[in-house]
Amino acid sequence: MAIFEYAPAPESRDVVDLRSSYGLFVNGEFVEGSGKPFKTVNPATEETLAEVATATSDDVDRAVQAARKAFGVWSALPGSERAKYLFRIARIIQERARELAVLESLDNGKPIRESRDFDLPQVAAHFFYYAGWADKLEYAGFGMKPLGVAGQVIPWNFPLLMLAWKVAPALACGNTVVLKPAETTPLTALLFADICRQAELPPGVVNIVTGAGETGAAVVAHPDVDKVAFTGSTEVGRIIARTVAGTGKKLTLELGGKAANIVFEDAAIDQAVEGIVNGIFFNQGHVCCAGSRLLVQESIQDELLAALKRRVATLRVGDPLDKNTDVGAVNSAEQLAKIRRLSELGESEGAERWSPACELPERGFWFPPTLFTGVAQSHTIAREEVFGPVLSVLTFRTPAEAVEKANNTPYGLSAGVWTEKGSRILWMAERLRAGVVWANTFNKFDPASPFGGYKESGFGREGGLHGLEAYLDV
Amino acid sequence: MSRLSVRKTYKLYIGGAFPRSESGRSYPVTSAKGDFLANASLASRKDARDAVVAARKAFAGWSGATPYNRGQILYRVAEMLEGRRAQFADELGGGKRAALERVDAAIDRLVWYAGWSDKIAALHGAANPVAGPYFNLSTPEPTGVVAIVAPADPLLGLVSVVAPVIVTGNTCVVVASEPAPLPAITLAEVLATSDLPGGVVNILTGRQAELAPWLSAHMDVNGLDLTGVADPDLALSCEQAAAENLKRVARPVEEDWSADPGIGRMTRFLETKTVWHPIGV
Repeated sequence: MAIFEYAPAPESRDVVDLRSSYGLFVNGEFVEGSGKPFKTVNPATEETLAEVATATSDDVDRAVQAARKAFGVWSALPGSERAKYLFRIARIIQERARELAVLESLDNGKPIRESRDFDLPQVAAHFFYYAGWADKLEYAGFGMKPLGVAGQVIPWNFPLLMLAWKVAPALACGNTVVLKPAETTPLTALLFADICRQAELPPGVVNIVTGAGETGAAVVAHPDVDKVAFTGSTEVGRIIARTVAGTGKKLTLELGGKAANIVFEDAAIDQAVEGIVNGIFFNQGHVCCAGSRLLVQESIQDELLAALKRRVATLRVGDPLDKNTDVGAVNSAEQLAKIRRLSELGESEGAERWSPACELPERGFWFPPTLFTGVAQSHTIAREEVFGPVLSVLTFRTPAEAVEKANNTPYGLSAGVWTEKGSRILWMAERLRAGVVWANTFNKFDPASPFGGYKESGFGREGGLHGLEAYLDV
Repeated sequence: MSRLSVRKTYKLYIGGAFPRSESGRSYPVTSAKGDFLANASLASRKDARDAVVAARKAFAGWSGATPYNRGQILYRVAEMLEGRRAQFADELGGGKRAALERVDAAIDRLVWYAGWSDKIAALHGAANPVAGPYFNLSTPEPTGVVAIVAPADPLLGLVSVVAPVIVTGNTCVVVASEPAPLPAITLAEVLATSDLPGGVVNILTGRQAELAPWLSAHMDVNGLDLTGVADPDLALSCEQAAAENLKRVARPVEEDWSADPGIGRMTRFLETKTVWHPIGV
């Protein structure tokens, strides 16, 4: 099949007004950090975008104090008034969506098509949704008592969306927050601080402290934090769980995944191929619930793989700000090194590696869409989360074998099932040990739908009615 | 010389348009002190039927819109109403401060209901644990076209009966407060500029005793809210007429419109749909 040529269609950067340096957002003001500032780069070009303050434990302490002070005022507001602040925030996000989307793509490397059409609409919707809960908590069944100060540490893969998932329910329930964005993607969180000011949110309700792991550790360990919410790697999640052990802090964790995307022989092949591609190459595969293990029924393996390769060969990798781009830049040099290391292990352990012919830009952090076939369950690439555009293909013969293989992982965040038979979808869904099961679709999210994992993918749910429980004293 | 003001013609609101009554009739509306305010349209049986047709036509689109979309539109109505606080306060009359409080309460009520659009199903639906290999899911769905006789409270009362009916996906025909119909028509201007599809809310002004019986007996109306009917004989005959096609009926009640509304006004005009599906390889 011929690949259509596209003229570049770059989204303008003019909508973003980047400052050369950014401070911390504490008590409604931007303040300097006490640590050594760090640079955040555009992963597509390695150009430095801005210098960002590092919060030391003293800075974190000030932020927690500000949040504690604001908690009295904020939690005492009628829910209907908190709701109106959150509605304002949702509206301002909608108004400034393009600016936020471009900034997200610049700082993160994700295609503008995704930041514009997925991240930002979801961010606004999340605030809209939890705004509506703020004055309806008595109907939710978890009581109405907020926890206090929430310390929240979020990852770099969906910087603003993860902020929304954390901040919106916390504020709706009457908590105040100290949030630490990831060190490689702090900029949209800092722009969000400006949105809080435009919304005239009382000072101290939202505080944003930037920095690396040490800053996050200081947030988690702070004695006056009542609730810790973390999204990130299982490895760090374990450390956090150990840190908060015995403290009385409430904890929710949204960690890694190694989702099985299971395709039965009766599946609609073209739809399944789209779902597989979306499952693993969405956001460069930097998705905790990515469908990184394709389990295909043996009888259709050849047909499916041929169709999949044909489709993957049409993916356009390159400039994240080009509206035609499907796969953008890997977020950081570290992440690229990890993807390379695991892919090399895949080859050396005996799996067969395939990538389409694909020109990658010279500068920046890039990795081509990659498939591994002939993967065994014992292979590292079938067990460890790659968090990149790398798909491991395994096969099965019976539904029972598919369940067995899908569940053969310490993770349990998500799973996909592709079959035209409804009863089989539900039979599989009953047996899959995963927090989200997508049937004949993949990577679907909605503020009204709870998201979160089983087993070592963490605990607690974000989104929906269930998402309130994490921020109330139940 | 002082300027002579340009007065507004108060018409009906049907299918997103503002027609006069097809009957060509009107009735004088006066302030609490008895001063003439305007001639409101005196809607007829034919206007009521036209309004039902418009509401039915709008039902598929409105009930099929995502709950998120419906919530956004209701919130937009609140935004538009906020922008006209002073106008509504003037129109409500009485003490300025008290009037503004009523307008603010109406705005906040819209915000409250806007948030319910994508939440009511989480409270009012269920995954039912049946004793067998079946997936069994109950979800609420809108009843259809609801005829509402609005209470005397011309704005807060009106908003408090209309918002819960439409937020879940119903469409409605409203008979506005008979003595104070003007805020209802001004509210129609707000609705018309809030991305609310035409026909979702249709507003008639006129005589309760003339319009309510026809709406109660109309075979394409699925629900009947008699909240604003003050005459017990009229309420009884309307409820009896509603029995013909088994409309869901809300009987007249005295309500304190400033109190927490609860969710009863939404659930009253919801159907529960339960879907069974086998589970097995």
